Amino acid sequence: MSTLILRTVAPALTALMLLFSVFVLLRGHNEPGGGFIGGLIAVSALAIYGIAFGVGAVRRAIRFHPMAIAGAGLLLATLSGFLSIFFGVPFMTGLWVYPVIFDVEVPLSTVMSFDLGVYLVVVGAIISIALALEQEPGPELGGEED
Amino acid sequence: MEPLFAVLIGLFFAAAVYLMLSKHTVRILLGIVLLGNGVNLTLFTAGRLTREVPPIIPAGMDALPAGAANPLPQALILTAIVISFSFFAFLLVLTYRAYQELGTDDTDEMRLAEPRDEQLPPMGY
Amino acid sequence: MAADAPALTFIALFLPFLGAVLAPFLTRRLKHNAAWLLALAPLAAFLHFCGFLPEIAAGEAATGGYAWAPSFNLSFSWFLDGLSLTFALLITGIGTLIVVYSGGYMKGHPDQGRFLAFILLFMGAMLGLVVSDSFLMLFVYWELTSLTSFLLIGFDHEREAARRAALQALVVTGAGGLSLLAGLVFLWNITGVTQLSLLVHLDGGLRESPFYLAALLLVLGGAFTKSAQFPFHFWLPNAMEAPTPVSAYLHSATMVKAGVYLLMRLNPVMGATPAWEILLPFFGGITLISGTLLAVRQTDLKLMLAYTTMASLGLLVMLTGFGSAHAVEAAMLYLVAHSLFKGALFMVAGTVDHETGTRDVTRLGGLCAAMPVTFGAALLAALSMGGLPLFFGFLAKEEIYAALWAGNPRAVFFTILALIGNALMFAVAFAVALKPFLGAPVETPKHAHEGPPSLWLGPAVLAALGLLGALFSGIAHRYVSSPMASAVMDDAVTIDITTVPHLGMPLLLSVITVLLGALVYWRLGDARALMARMLENLGPGPDRGFDHFVSDLVRFSVAVTRFIQPGRLEIYITVTFVLLALTLLVPPVVFGELPGMPAWPDGILVQEAAFFLIAVIGIVAVLRARDRLTAIVSLGIQGFAVAVLFLLFGAPDLSFTQFMVETLSVVILALVMTRLRLSPADHRPAGQLFVDATIAAACGIGFTLLLLKSVEAPFDTLLTDFFNAYSKVVAHGANVVNVVIVDFRGTDTLGEIAVVMITGLAVLALIRVRAGRKGDVK
Repeated sequence: MSTLILRTVAPALTALMLLFSVFVLLRGHNEPGGGFIGGLIAVSALAIYGIAFGVGAVRRAIRFHPMAIAGAGLLLATLSGFLSIFFGVPFMTGLWVYPVIFDVEVPLSTVMSFDLGVYLVVVGAIISIALALEQEPGPELGGEED
Repeated sequence: MEPLFAVLIGLFFAAAVYLMLSKHTVRILLGIVLLGNGVNLTLFTAGRLTREVPPIIPAGMDALPAGAANPLPQALILTAIVISFSFFAFLLVLTYRAYQELGTDDTDEMRLAEPRDEQLPPMGY
Repeated sequence: MAADAPALTFIALFLPFLGAVLAPFLTRRLKHNAAWLLALAPLAAFLHFCGFLPEIAAGEAATGGYAWAPSFNLSFSWFLDGLSLTFALLITGIGTLIVVYSGGYMKGHPDQGRFLAFILLFMGAMLGLVVSDSFLMLFVYWELTSLTSFLLIGFDHEREAARRAALQALVVTGAGGLSLLAGLVFLWNITGVTQLSLLVHLDGGLRESPFYLAALLLVLGGAFTKSAQFPFHFWLPNAMEAPTPVSAYLHSATMVKAGVYLLMRLNPVMGATPAWEILLPFFGGITLISGTLLAVRQTDLKLMLAYTTMASLGLLVMLTGFGSAHAVEAAMLYLVAHSLFKGALFMVAGTVDHETGTRDVTRLGGLCAAMPVTFGAALLAALSMGGLPLFFGFLAKEEIYAALWAGNPRAVFFTILALIGNALMFAVAFAVALKPFLGAPVETPKHAHEGPPSLWLGPAVLAALGLLGALFSGIAHRYVSSPMASAVMDDAVTIDITTVPHLGMPLLLSVITVLLGALVYWRLGDARALMARMLENLGPGPDRGFDHFVSDLVRFSVAVTRFIQPGRLEIYITVTFVLLALTLLVPPVVFGELPGMPAWPDGILVQEAAFFLIAVIGIVAVLRARDRLTAIVSLGIQGFAVAVLFLLFGAPDLSFTQFMVETLSVVILALVMTRLRLSPADHRPAGQLFVDATIAAACGIGFTLLLLKSVEAPFDTLLTDFFNAYSKVVAHGANVVNVVIVDFRGTDTLGEIAVVMITGLAVLALIRVRAGRKGDVK
């Protein structure tokens, strides 16, 4: 499947899709998008990269074990929920701050970090499945994928 | 539109059930994918259908405009889609691994947990 | 008592549990000497409860506790009156001696720490049982004693006999526990109270209830199994598989008396009815006679004692149900006396076993020179058990005869039962206490000599108490017997019998008892042979029946399992969907709830119709797919069609997600399917095909009807309005769907991403299972 065209286009395409996935994640609160969709787009990006350059390249590119990414996401989402303990409000209550950075008001919230957690879990877990399947040499294929 | 959707959903369920009644794990798997779509559409339809206007509050307003879609079933379905996808991935791998290990995709042949000639458990204390 | 008495009582109730936790650690450090230290826990509790004596003797009752789940009217509360205090003192007092004794008896055993932990655990449970006020607490502790008894009987778990005995005791007493629970629920429903302290002072109502008999039978089911009454007696002799300290403590002095305790506790509210006064004396009497007869037949010291224990329990039940205050007084005295002398005799039997290596009475003799202290304790205890003057047992026996003796035939009948029982127990008592010690010395497996202080302290103290209690009977009655009898009668009762014999009918009956007992003792060998012949003629008893019951139960459950789990996935799925179709179709048809014929929707747009059609084509294509590629592609077609339908009906979020999911599905399907075989066609025979298609069509039609019906109803916009109103204003988000996911229903989403994470892990595990097994670890 890894043709010359795909190999040439894949890095740029993957980079663009990853950027787009983060964009979709961040705008999710006000426009269509969010952690689930963003995560799935990122997985697709990495899948394309994997088809072009093989599983090893993807593993090197994401640096961490996919399940570690998923675990970090779950932890982040849980901690976002627990942050409300310190403010005496129930679990999972959204908390907002509006710091002004370079004269721009940036709304930050536990809701957003929770969504980031969702994003990371989806990316980590599903890319882990996809990589595991791509890597697995089947009896009929004899490791053709690698 | 709801009655039309109801018929389509019935078709989804019928096809899913028919496939799941098969002996072959791959067909059962296909049936489960259809079942997931059928359930999602059921939720969607039960929350009533509206055309095209997404449940997004326009700038400068505090609530959805009249005629916007019902956001609640969408929120339920969105997570359901992702869950059923990961479930599908798991079942796919399970089917594949079972085929590899047992050399069959016929569920009648898979008697590892419940062998045909099961002995009585030991009667002592 | 001081102001912080409730807190102290609470601590006293938990001291044994604390000891149980510490026991393994202490034993590892101090070996068997740890027992001396651990005995401090029950000792402290004993002293604490002693502090209640004056208050209780004055007729007060101490209650206390903490709210547990007030909304359910549940509390951790205790109730100390004469009855429960006496039990608490017996449990902690004898418990202290037993812990010390265990230190000597189990010396050098590799699992001594565990044994002590179990004993202390049991002690805590038993203590909780007798002081419990709320029904639920009573039941929990009741079951806890069954469980700890199971652990202790099965302590020597490498022997099958021990495992069997443990299981048997658990099954019998556990089943009784369930019966008790049902009985308590009945009591609660009838009276509306959930606390014993309120129940015992209730005026009437319970006896007149139409459910009285049911409640009584259920409670008796609990009490009779626990107290080894005929026909549930068989577990008690088998429980002698446990190490001797257990037999001395659980199976004579304390746990088996829990049933008797319960009956005495309920006497004020449930007693004095015809059912009560027939059932209790009847079963008690049978148990008394069969227990003593079986005891005579045995040669094993422990079994002889076990059967007399069963007999004594029968006597107690008989007295409790006899129906007079006098009989209750007698039961109180006998209960205390029995705990003292039987505990002592069991410990003596254990010491003899420990020092000589056998407890077969025919292979023992002449030990009095080697073990003088043990012999002394045995003799004192036997004198009390035999009911000879100067001992507490004598007081009890005099009181029993005084209570039972009356002119009517019923009284005569039970007096004769008591007479026979007591005489045989007299014989067995002296057989246990004299035969091993007197006569010519017999060669035993181990060379006998006196045990260490830890082994003779317990029996000596208990036996001495049997003497002192009688000599200072005034004090004993004032602080123990009278408050106890008052609690059971719910009326002030004063016991004043002393050890000075009075001429009268009771004394005459006592003399006859002693003479008869001495005769049996003299001809014990003949009596034993006679009993053995009798038993052979009787055939197998309930003990064999238990074996049959267990094996039949296993066969039955195997048969049931094979019937409902034949091992074919096809059958499971078929049954599931047939039931589903029936659930969907039968109620609307039967109740006439079918939806009306919907009107043809007007204004269907061309693109909508097109994607409807594509979805249908996709479904049909999946059904008809004969090769892998067709299956993947047609699955993709229906998925994308659904995604477009979402988009057309105002759900862009869903649509994008569905698109991504379908894309990824196709990718991983393509990865895996290439390695899977898809049989070209379904190998379903025509008949099967027809059946499956019918079930499938029924399910599909069912869902269509369900949906049609539900959209007929007016739409409830409550939740939608809520999310709509607060999404922007409170949660600062314009995309309501996303706000619902990450904010309003965030906890739900957290659970869902956890599921995604777990699937990821599960897939990795599935793939690595083989990799690990074949050795090519990646």
